[in-house]
Amino acid sequence: MPLIKNGEEIANDWMFVADGSALPDHTKVTVSVGRFLALKAAQGNEPGPKGVRLSPEDDPAALEPYLAGLSLIEVAFPKYTDGRGYSQAQLLRRRLGYSGELRAVGHVLRDQIFYMHRSGFDAYETARATVSQVLEALAEFTVAYQPAASSPAAVFRKRHGA
Amino acid sequence: MYRYDQFDAQIVRERVAQFRGQVARRLSGDLLEDEFKPLRLQNGVYLQLHAYMLRIAIPYGQLSPRQLRRLAEIARDYDKGYGHFTTRQNIQFNWVALKDIPDVLEKLAEVEMHAIQTSGNCIRNTTTDHYAGAAQDEVLDPRAWCEIIRQWSTFHPEFAFLPRKFKIAVTAAEHDRAAIRVHDVGLHIRKRGDEVGFEVHVGGGQGRTPHIAALVNPFVPEDRILDYLEAIMRVYNRYGRRDNKYKARIKILVSELGEAEYIRQVEEEFAAQRPDEKIDLPAEEIARIHAYFAPPPLAEKSAGSKLLDAAKVADPAFARWTRTNLHPHKTPGYASVTVSLKPLGVAPGDATDAQMEVVADLAEQYGYGDIRVSHAQNLILPHVALDDLPAVYAALDAAGLGAANESRITDMIVCPGLDFCNLANARSIPVALEVQKIFADPAYEEDIGKLHINVSGCINACGHHHVGHIGILGVDRKGEEFYQILLGGRADEKAALGEIVGPGLRADDVPGAIHRVVEYYRAQRTSPAEKFIDTLERLGHQPFQDALYAAD
Repeated sequence: MPLIKNGEEIANDWMFVADGSALPDHTKVTVSVGRFLALKAAQGNEPGPKGVRLSPEDDPAALEPYLAGLSLIEVAFPKYTDGRGYSQAQLLRRRLGYSGELRAVGHVLRDQIFYMHRSGFDAYETARATVSQVLEALAEFTVAYQPAASSPAAVFRKRHGA
Repeated sequence: MYRYDQFDAQIVRERVAQFRGQVARRLSGDLLEDEFKPLRLQNGVYLQLHAYMLRIAIPYGQLSPRQLRRLAEIARDYDKGYGHFTTRQNIQFNWVALKDIPDVLEKLAEVEMHAIQTSGNCIRNTTTDHYAGAAQDEVLDPRAWCEIIRQWSTFHPEFAFLPRKFKIAVTAAEHDRAAIRVHDVGLHIRKRGDEVGFEVHVGGGQGRTPHIAALVNPFVPEDRILDYLEAIMRVYNRYGRRDNKYKARIKILVSELGEAEYIRQVEEEFAAQRPDEKIDLPAEEIARIHAYFAPPPLAEKSAGSKLLDAAKVADPAFARWTRTNLHPHKTPGYASVTVSLKPLGVAPGDATDAQMEVVADLAEQYGYGDIRVSHAQNLILPHVALDDLPAVYAALDAAGLGAANESRITDMIVCPGLDFCNLANARSIPVALEVQKIFADPAYEEDIGKLHINVSGCINACGHHHVGHIGILGVDRKGEEFYQILLGGRADEKAALGEIVGPGLRADDVPGAIHRVVEYYRAQRTSPAEKFIDTLERLGHQPFQDALYAAD
């Protein structure tokens, strides 16, 4: 499935390993939050997966102690009408300070991507939008009313010269 | 009123372009109907029984004459010559073609209007007191805060795919004319000394499981209200139910968690916001928006009007209208006028293109260019000099807008019902019109006094039947329409839900039953000053129920 980041299609060298399946030797894998926390509890500081995949009901705060060691967090959108992933993203970026890649996976559509971007996502795995459509979606609005995890800055700041 | 600056205009222009693209992709088949649906809904486009319906936002119910004329033009050019004003202070057009909607949106953008978030599972139009800025009993004009909330909630990236729709209402008056306790969030602006803050109610609503909102915080200081709303929205977005659309409103979250636990979660989220998460709206921005709502430059007048008094003597119909359709203004010599959209025999809330133009002209000539839509589906001219009332009434009456029935029994709130809506189980407009006929004599109606009848064609309750003093709910029983009657609801500061009194009635039996209830009230009231709802509360529902079911 195409993966789009920073305005271009990139190769996806990560893999999601479902609960119950064996982990490969390398660390470029994402696992569920439950498995990730269990591995951390069991392995302590040994290297483990460098990625995690959030389901809509997961609390991102559970990852707080490990965020510095994570390179990829995937947020799953099983249905694009389920908006919980936007709150997870805002929490990760703005409250918990996560700065690695934040990737939307699942039912990711062109017309959700602007909201995803503003909520803090920087990568989109989507079967339903091309690179040019993603770029078009990101450029549809040049102004935003409220502060969020990323640009554009809130219009009330622009109005008053900030 | 608020005027767009370059940024507001830019956002609305970009929205029109975006929606034009979405419609093109839908028409080409690139976008599946299932994927298009939430997009069109967030732009107010419904697929109804016969056609697409377009709902246009009227932020907190305020219109300029130019905007109302533009709505008249759209009614004429793209619809069948009329529009329907809704209980959320919006307007909807029932016969617009999908391919024309981008053009309609462009015409709206030219007059600083849009259809953004008038439907869908997002934050909807913020509503308020239709006398805002004119009412004697308000602590301040709530419209500036409504505009601040409008801007904050427009395209909020985190809250566009909520479990369900989300409605916010604001009042600043002791007498609640905005029905805040039956909204997802109800805000009552209060003052503590010089400090302005918001009393926050959450989890009210109607629909199939009606709830009166819980008081969640008695005083959130004004500079923190957006942060507090973000906390409310985030808790709802994360934990509101998504497994069943009928249990997805915030009222169910509040009731399943229990008020105490719900409040704890909101306060915890609010307290967890880091300084850089706070929406620090600059004081200059708050002042900028408030400046748009400065009182109009009303010429100084004495408290009474000889012209008015003489006209009342000359014309009893006018005199009656001044008794029913005026609301006291904070400035001596002025009144707020209700333009009733409930004349006999017309679908409640409908106005023709010509009528809209008459109201626009009157607002310009006599009303300081200010028009409001009330949640009771009427129009308001909030600032009219008493001296000008005879001329205003004459023009309204000539346009079929002179009904003297504000808050009276024929001033019903009525949903479109099965004549238009694909959710409805029964027609609501015809039954309302039949009830109106019983009370068609203006003198009789005036004698009955204030009495709200609300009619819904299904349990989704768009006609607010739960909070009518008398509610009428259409249901379908084996292919036949029946109407259940509720008693004792109210939407004001003493908000209460009506109770269904017994078995449903056939449509033909509804007017007679309502008539018997009203006659029972007239016989039992302590004086004409005792309102229907007060007599009902004093005597209890049983004798009224007995009257309802008594044979003719």
